[in-house]
Amino acid sequence: MKRLTTLLSTLVGLMSTNVFAEYGLNMTEGVTSISRDIYDLHMLIFWICVAIAVLVFGAMFYSVFAHRKSKGAVAAQFHESTKAELLWTVIPIIILVLMAIPASRVLIDLEDTSKADMTIKITGHQWKWQYDYPTEGISFISNLAQSSKDSVNDDSNKPENYLLEVDKHLVLPVDTSIRFLITSNDVIHNWWVPDFGVKQDANPGFINDAWAQIDEIGTYRGQCAELCGKDHGFMPIVVDVVSKADYAKWVTNQQAIAKAAADSANKTWSKSELMAQGESVYNTNCASCHKKDGSGMPPIFPAMKASPVANGAPADHIGLVLHGKGGMPTFKMLGDADLAAVITYERNAFGNTGSVVQPSDVKSAR
Amino acid sequence: MTTATDTTATGHADHHHGPEKGLMRWIKTTNHKDIGTLYLWFAFTMVLIGGAMAMVIRMELFQPGLQLVDPHFFNQMTTMHGLIMVFGAIMPAFVGLGNWLIPMMVGAPDMALPRMNNWSFWILPFAGGILLSTFFMEGGAPAFGWTFYAPLSTTFAPDSTDFFIFAVHLLGFSSIMGAINIIATVLNMRAPEMKLMDMPLFVWTWLITSFLLIGAMPVLAGAVTMMLTDRNFGTAFFDATGGGDPVMFQHIFWFFGHPEVYIMILPAFGVVSHIIPTFARKPLFGYSSMVYATASIAFLSYIVWAHHMFLTGMPVAGELYFMYATMMIAVPTGVKVFNWIATMWKGSMTFETPMLWAISFVFLFTIGGFSGLMLGIAPADIQYHDTYFVVAHFHYVLVTGALWSIIAATFYWLPKWTGKMYNEGLAKVHFWWAVISVNVLFFPQHFLGLAGMPRRIPDYALQFADFNMISSIGGFAFGASFILFTYIIIDAIRNGEPATKRPWEGAKGLEWTLDPKAEYHSFNKPPSRKLIEQESQNS
Repeated sequence: MKRLTTLLSTLVGLMSTNVFAEYGLNMTEGVTSISRDIYDLHMLIFWICVAIAVLVFGAMFYSVFAHRKSKGAVAAQFHESTKAELLWTVIPIIILVLMAIPASRVLIDLEDTSKADMTIKITGHQWKWQYDYPTEGISFISNLAQSSKDSVNDDSNKPENYLLEVDKHLVLPVDTSIRFLITSNDVIHNWWVPDFGVKQDANPGFINDAWAQIDEIGTYRGQCAELCGKDHGFMPIVVDVVSKADYAKWVTNQQAIAKAAADSANKTWSKSELMAQGESVYNTNCASCHKKDGSGMPPIFPAMKASPVANGAPADHIGLVLHGKGGMPTFKMLGDADLAAVITYERNAFGNTGSVVQPSDVKSAR
Repeated sequence: MTTATDTTATGHADHHHGPEKGLMRWIKTTNHKDIGTLYLWFAFTMVLIGGAMAMVIRMELFQPGLQLVDPHFFNQMTTMHGLIMVFGAIMPAFVGLGNWLIPMMVGAPDMALPRMNNWSFWILPFAGGILLSTFFMEGGAPAFGWTFYAPLSTTFAPDSTDFFIFAVHLLGFSSIMGAINIIATVLNMRAPEMKLMDMPLFVWTWLITSFLLIGAMPVLAGAVTMMLTDRNFGTAFFDATGGGDPVMFQHIFWFFGHPEVYIMILPAFGVVSHIIPTFARKPLFGYSSMVYATASIAFLSYIVWAHHMFLTGMPVAGELYFMYATMMIAVPTGVKVFNWIATMWKGSMTFETPMLWAISFVFLFTIGGFSGLMLGIAPADIQYHDTYFVVAHFHYVLVTGALWSIIAATFYWLPKWTGKMYNEGLAKVHFWWAVISVNVLFFPQHFLGLAGMPRRIPDYALQFADFNMISSIGGFAFGASFILFTYIIIDAIRNGEPATKRPWEGAKGLEWTLDPKAEYHSFNKPPSRKLIEQESQNS
């Protein structure tokens, strides 16, 4: 009995910790014309279905209630009526045509990406998103935030936006028609932000497109919507929509950061600099499979500790990280400095005794 | 020569005395009733195994965070749950029902190809065993979803995938042989006096399903063979770097996959079309339109496959076509639902357990139909695709649709299979337990999907916590209902009251003219025209 009380109070406790989480019942209306059109369409079909359900189930339950033997009902013997059959074939067809008209209009509109003011290229990786601004020359990777990673196994302390926060947000200007070019580097992913009404498969080797014009400044969150392997549930999307002026400032700022990164790739780094930088790159990109302590998850994800690659020739190690192998994806989208740092870290952390790798080594191996 | 004649004579004599004794009876049997029983017990075992996997999934999703399993194992659970339930449980259960019932319903002594029948069953435990053995291999079981999209299932998959491919091939052989056998039985073994339009609906739906199987399963075999060569022999069917296309995999898969959906529901329509007239004590309304509606659904099922792929980057014209074609399926499906209700209308209904399951089938399957119609609207599908809304949809049609009809059929025909009645009171408790818990389990998943929870994730954001917990509680309760179900069935077999020839007052059909427990060999003489007319649904 005592055990039962403990169990019950734990259950109640669990429930109450979740009370703060607001829960939705319905689709979001969102902040683009497409998402609103989709929402309206969804509600229209929903209410049509409800109306049909009321009629059909009404008839069924009336019959269940009224035509029962216990009430003395005697079975009629009719079993055919061409008129009735015709009626319930034709009426549904009319309803379906009425549904198809607005659905076709919305579909044709949302597939027309010809009127875009700017383009963003989105690349899915196992298990992170890469964002490229081709005209502005900005490119970065967006990973699940450390705060979420740290609390996956810690139920007492879930951060706000658990699993819906990333280290680097995608930044977009408000009131601008944006074309998204979506592709993948390994398996199929799907870039989905419900508030934009944008959800499109990212296919390796092919480019899909979608568009959105966002009406409201704010932060919008989404997730990968196509099973893409182990950490499919851990590659969220966060978009900051800012004013056009703030966007211009952000672009200038990012271009300066990109230039500094390019410069740092040309200098020779000390081992301690590489190790410090490498540890953070490792924890962001490598630790989900090879583990923070380098123990890996053999046999699928080999250990870093005492690995023949990490303790072998640097060229093989650089090649493996750049190009991937089997289940190991390529990491060529990282900068030379980050790659040199993480490879050096892998070769010298966990008790390994490999050599130091400089950004110039990575550059020449590309 | 004399010896040969002797053996035949003895064999012949044995044949008429009933089944062999012991284990060899089940291994060597060519009797449709024995094989039907084997299929049903196999399917039942698989339901329990697949259900245990569902319990792991619901336990992990009980609250946010990872408590029980790691994401890789979670993906193995969702993948294997889907594969086991589709290929191991629902399909074999319907083949089992078909084996038991079709020869009795068409007045035939057995299936047309009894030895092949034995083989098509005995492949199954090996296929299932190979599939389950992948859990113990390096890298674990397949973890790419039951739809196994390339390249996750080719370049990025564990080595055990090759065993999965072999298992799928075996399951395909088994299904195709089963389908050929049913077509041959219905067309060649039918009582000479029985016209096609005299056949009961269950026979009609299975005949049409068999053609779906023969059309669809080879396409699946093609898909997995291409996977096999992509993985092992350097081809690049699904690899863009070699000139292939990962989206082509999805086209091939769903060209199989959509007919597959109807393979799992058409026989269910058949079952319900028997139970409702029986307990309404009124002939089935619109027999011929039911047949034509089934055939139209089967035809449409071949031309709508890409509605599973609205987000793959299809051209707009393609999306429009697949949207319109998909919406058309609502018409024949609607006809069926209306006909069932018209059958109940002005009937004299009683609500024994099979009827309860059948009525709740009509209600809950139609809810799954509504969400299916919503999913068919391409622009709206953008928000629904790959969310829990889809999970809710296909569990309403597969659990409260296909599985419901299988349970309904079990209670309805159990007296004929065993000669015993089940415990009506307990069975009603079981029904209400299952029907309430299954809705607690799946209905909140509509809300989760609309609120934006993707499917196939082991952990979720905090705003999804409440409905997931409710859904899990429903899941545990629904899982537990199978303990009671098992008890009721075993109790009926062991201690059930003896059944009469026709235990249901309004039941029609040749099977009810047989002994209370159907003879081991029935209809050694074909039924007469008069009997067929008396027992026909098309009266």
